[in-house]
Amino acid sequence: MSSHSSVAAHDAAHDPNLKHHFENADQQKESASIGMWVFLLTELMFFGGLFLAYFVYRQWYPEAFIAASNKTDVLVGAINTTVLICSSLTMALAVHYASKGRRELLVLFLIATLLLGGIFLGVKGYEYHDKWVHHEIPGEHFECHGCADEVHTQLFFSLYFGMTGLHASHMIIGFGVLLVLIWQAWKGQFSAKWYTPIEMFGLYWHFVDIVWIFLFPLLYLIDRVGRPLL
Amino acid sequence: MIAASAPVKEQKNYLNAENGLKSWLLTQDHKRIAILYLLSVTVFFIVGGLFAALIRLELTTPAGDMLDSNTYNKVFTAHGVVMIFFFLIPSIPAILGNFLLPLMIGAKDLAFPRINLLSWYVYMLGGTLGVIVLATGGVDTGWTFYTPLSTTYSNGYVVLTAMAAFVAGFSSILTGLNFIVTVHRMRAPGLTWFRLPLFVWAHYATSVIMILGTPVIAVTLFMLMLERGLHIGFFDPAYGGDPVLFQHLFWFYSHPAVYIMILPSMGVISEVMSTFCTKKPFGYTFIAFSSVAIAVFGFLVWGHHLFVSSQSAYAGMVFSILTYIVAIPSAIKVFNWAATMYKGQVRLTAPMLYAIGFIGLFTVGGLTGLFLAAMGLDVHVTDTYFVVAHFHYVMVGGAIMGYMAGIHYWWPKITGRMYNQLWAKVSCCLVFIGFNLTFFPQFVLGYMGMPRRYHVYPAEFQVLNVLSSGGAAILGLGYLIPAVYFLWSLKYGAPAGDNPWGATTLEWQTSSPPPTTNFEVTPVVTTEVYDYTNAEVPHIV
Ligand SMILES: [Cu+2]
Repeated sequence: MSSHSSVAAHDAAHDPNLKHHFENADQQKESASIGMWVFLLTELMFFGGLFLAYFVYRQWYPEAFIAASNKTDVLVGAINTTVLICSSLTMALAVHYASKGRRELLVLFLIATLLLGGIFLGVKGYEYHDKWVHHEIPGEHFECHGCADEVHTQLFFSLYFGMTGLHASHMIIGFGVLLVLIWQAWKGQFSAKWYTPIEMFGLYWHFVDIVWIFLFPLLYLIDRVGRPLL
Repeated sequence: MIAASAPVKEQKNYLNAENGLKSWLLTQDHKRIAILYLLSVTVFFIVGGLFAALIRLELTTPAGDMLDSNTYNKVFTAHGVVMIFFFLIPSIPAILGNFLLPLMIGAKDLAFPRINLLSWYVYMLGGTLGVIVLATGGVDTGWTFYTPLSTTYSNGYVVLTAMAAFVAGFSSILTGLNFIVTVHRMRAPGLTWFRLPLFVWAHYATSVIMILGTPVIAVTLFMLMLERGLHIGFFDPAYGGDPVLFQHLFWFYSHPAVYIMILPSMGVISEVMSTFCTKKPFGYTFIAFSSVAIAVFGFLVWGHHLFVSSQSAYAGMVFSILTYIVAIPSAIKVFNWAATMYKGQVRLTAPMLYAIGFIGLFTVGGLTGLFLAAMGLDVHVTDTYFVVAHFHYVMVGGAIMGYMAGIHYWWPKITGRMYNQLWAKVSCCLVFIGFNLTFFPQFVLGYMGMPRRYHVYPAEFQVLNVLSSGGAAILGLGYLIPAVYFLWSLKYGAPAGDNPWGATTLEWQTSSPPPTTNFEVTPVVTTEVYDYTNAEVPHIV
């Protein structure tokens, strides 16, 4: 233990990325990693409240939820799901090349992730606009022609906007962080020895993707069996 | 001790290491951030206290002669929101926890100093939103924001108030996250989990609740804001929702939040008990694990707030039993503290008096909680002053007594100065007497049927209400005097020395006030925790 820490202390003198209050780089990296996982745990609880509301109301009003869900555009949702899965791949590749110290490829895949994230948000914006045009936004102007249970159809759309809105806000924050990371990567601030921010952001990005992986079936695919998909 | 601090040249410490406002506002030193929190939390304590004074003034007479009902609603809401979100929740963790956690584990700082500073700014942003609400007309929903009152019928600034609490919540998430990582990864060599001071165990458990519970209130308030502000409804039946779902989500956080407020106090009491009984706390491991048990079981009892909210009787029974169970770890602590005092060398210093006061008042608060967990009795006293008295015994008699014990105990470490013991003991007695006079009559009032949240009441309740208001005046005085002698001590107090109480935990092994890096050399821990075999026990006047 003691010989080990003196080696680390020797390293520390040369490591500009080691904060003064850590003993060595391992301790710093482990701290960042635990911190990120704890943060994702809080995110899980954060989304959890909305998921709970969804499950309670879907259990109570299955018919209205099916009817409302069938009003969503599966094709657009599926495209966005694909886009997001691809962005997870590019993000994973970015982390991989960061660990190899390949600056250009790191920047390239971060930009690819940024673009895919941008496409997702753009498509989401299109969907929101579509809902606006069709008076499917809850509130005074909500209309549902031919709905058997209008008030609970509206409740579905409240959950739709609450859940996808919270998810989209996480995408927007991720978008902003990505811009900073791309700038830092471009300036060569990361190396094979130290790329913790890239790795931590990767965890965040995958988490946001996974949330969507749950949102897509819950909101778009409740009961499409035996119905024309498009 | 005086001889030890004889060198005339003033030592560099965290207070005089740098000067100027900027060095404070941009500091990443956990000790300075703790001071920032101390100042801002104290301001909110005063604000919340002034609203309490308005409530007690109004209630001295049965008629609503000072405040109309609408204003009264806003006043008690302001009292609750300010005291809970801006005083009680940050008080001990963000001030004492921030200051002491790294010192107690022999670290140079918390794991994420910048996030620590960010948490203070986030807190201040939430506080600013809260102050804007108060300045522009307030809100009348009660601190519980029950729907559909809050989302449809209230005529106050609900969205802004919810936003204030929402933002403040993120500050406590950041603090909790920082504490968890720090305890896991920043301990000094040799400092195993079972050598950690009980204060650290208590803060670890508190942090777990903060990171698991706070996001749930955040998303609940998010839904509330959507419903109120954008008519994207979740709870109001007019939108197809169910208001009881709000109550479930709200209390899923807000019951554990009680433990966010009381667990850190319990941590303080364990430290104070050990030092002033000059012995290792009886049942160290039991006290440590009871903190964890409280954090876990605290999440399973929220339904006791819904006994009269259409919850099924069977669910009620389960929640009732679980509530009895969560009392066990609290009781374990109380028994262990009592056993620590038994045959200990008890020194009745000011912090010790506060700690003993805590045990008495918290026990009353906890036991009346069991009354309320019994469904039959709860139906009788729901929404009466019995409930008000119960949670004030826990929050004020428990949490604030613990906070006061902690401030008195660590003041010499934080400032390097001693305060006047006699004045401190006098004010502790005033607090104890004033507190009981304020809140004990409220148990009786509640049992007789006086409902909470009304500004008028039948004339036969006046005697008890006047007693309560008189007690509140004494209590207020008891909180005011410490402000005087603490400020006095900053200039005229005797230098404290490194370890004025003869305590054994690591924070007392560095100088007072500590240097910016906490320790000259990272300490290596070779002895068990609370080892008094070689301790000198100073005589304190
Ligand atoms: Cu409770």
